[in-house]
Amino acid sequence: MKREVNTEAAAEQEALAAQLGESDTFLDKMKRMAANNKLAVFSAILILLFLILAVLAPVITPYSFDEQDLLARLAAPSAKHLLGTDELGRDVFTRLLYGARVSMAVGIIPTVVSMLIGVMLGMVSGYVGGLVDSVIMRLADVVLSFPSLLLAMVIMYTLGDGITSIFIALAVTNWASVARVVRSETLSLREAEYVEAARSMGVKDFVIIMRHILPNCIPSLIVMFTLNVPSAILSESSLSFLGIGVQLPNSSWGLMVNMGRTYLYNAPWISLAPSAAIMLVVLAFNFLGDGLRDVLDPHLKNS
Amino acid sequence: MSKEQKELLRCEHLVKEFPVDRKRSVHAVSDINLEIYEGECLALVGESGCGKSTLGRTLIQLHKPTSGKVFYKGTDISDMKPAEFAPYRRQMQMIFQDPYASLDPRMNVHDIIAEPLRTYKICESKEALTKRVLELMDAVGVPRDFLYRYPHQFSGGQRQRIGIARAIALRPSLVICDEPVSALDVSVQSQVLNLLKDIQANYGLTYLFISHDLSVVRFISNRVCVMFLGKICEIGDSEQIYKKPLHPYTKFLMNAIPIADPHLRGEEKQLLQGELPSPINPPQGCRFHTRCPYATDRCQAEEPALREVDGRKVACHLV
Repeated sequence: MKREVNTEAAAEQEALAAQLGESDTFLDKMKRMAANNKLAVFSAILILLFLILAVLAPVITPYSFDEQDLLARLAAPSAKHLLGTDELGRDVFTRLLYGARVSMAVGIIPTVVSMLIGVMLGMVSGYVGGLVDSVIMRLADVVLSFPSLLLAMVIMYTLGDGITSIFIALAVTNWASVARVVRSETLSLREAEYVEAARSMGVKDFVIIMRHILPNCIPSLIVMFTLNVPSAILSESSLSFLGIGVQLPNSSWGLMVNMGRTYLYNAPWISLAPSAAIMLVVLAFNFLGDGLRDVLDPHLKNS
Repeated sequence: MSKEQKELLRCEHLVKEFPVDRKRSVHAVSDINLEIYEGECLALVGESGCGKSTLGRTLIQLHKPTSGKVFYKGTDISDMKPAEFAPYRRQMQMIFQDPYASLDPRMNVHDIIAEPLRTYKICESKEALTKRVLELMDAVGVPRDFLYRYPHQFSGGQRQRIGIARAIALRPSLVICDEPVSALDVSVQSQVLNLLKDIQANYGLTYLFISHDLSVVRFISNRVCVMFLGKICEIGDSEQIYKKPLHPYTKFLMNAIPIADPHLRGEEKQLLQGELPSPINPPQGCRFHTRCPYATDRCQAEEPALREVDGRKVACHLV
């Protein structure tokens, strides 16, 4: 008897689902993007490719990143050295792959961390207002009043060299601008009638923030993410150039560009290869961001 | 009015002021006493900025009153902690003016209508929730196929229907309709008004219907409350007030109703001159005296009390 009821209910449900069509899941949205926006798909593949190359670097290349071949210094690209060698005879392709590890990590990890901090503080600041808002925003003002590179340098000097220090330095310098943008979005969303409607039916503040305010911030968060990743990559190379980032003989794209600078006329490949890599990754992030924003914004959906 | 009616919501000496700076504040609602009876539709009319929306929102505690008390079925709800208030919150829902702004653009119809149900954990399973949402969509006349559509895919009238479904989802006893049709075009207005009337009958709802459109008010309401600058001018049975307005301000409002047929139009209408006085610094005495053609010295000095005249209440020295 019980089973009968269950199957009846299940049948009814199935009929219902068939009648209505399933709801639009995240996967559906991604599929739609894949169908409509080839550039975004290409960018996603490129980013994925760089990630795979970075992870599999030791498998792909026969050389080590600090292996010197002093007889083949500044050698032009050949079958033996795909992208040539640098002033100490180190394989540029190998160093590019190892550099990708640093650059991808430095691009993504501190950006994610700084955005998490910025989004949380910005939403609390904008939604709660009052004293909390003043304290958080003055703190952000302090961070923003320093030139970001200078602040990062101070942090690096205090913490010492190393990749973790770079992560911390970039996260600390980047959260403030994220918090600012999120706060202003929250301020306008807080006054939206649908937020008032939610309040009028007794939805709790925390749920309102998570259900109504955060999702409506997502388009600008995606744009910010795709702008902050490349800028973090560039910040890392600046720090490395100044001698307080990644240290030789370790490799990073910024470091390679800067080291190859001296040999730009007789061995341009040392600088050009990492420059091209930086450009490709930066562009790929931007195109992917565009594609994601289009597909995640219900207004722009073409259905 | 004469019938025996049970009181649903009552406010006593309700005041709501919004501070502008340290010294001054906007007197949106000043010392209002009002009862709403079970099953009626009380219309709140008045020009823009007279405090009708603020009164509606303060009554259901969306704004904390500056002073005064609100009673729901005799229980004082104006000074409750959020947890205490929750069961009363369910009983009082709201329909908003702008059907474009009152629905979250990132939520589909299912999630919008389900939001109040989820908040109070009314449905045990996902299936039950969807079923309930579909019933509500039937009730307001939104086709079931649109369950997973987004607000921007709907017309204004349909969006307002979704807003109505959301408001009645919890089976409240009181619904505040804050200008629910003024953003819609006229043909759609009548559909939505009929829907509101049907739903009121089917669900046994009480409406507080905020509007500035007197033709709409006449169609839907049993009683009318006319407000001017945070005060009640006249309150009473709709037909009575429409047939024979007593307060001068009510008369001017009735005069301002456009008449479609040119042959029925009489002489040049007498219309109200001037602007609403500043609610930051409301006039002494009767708040209407600066614009009232019949004003006397007494009107300037003494504030008229709301008193019973002809089976209704009027606040005017001259009646």
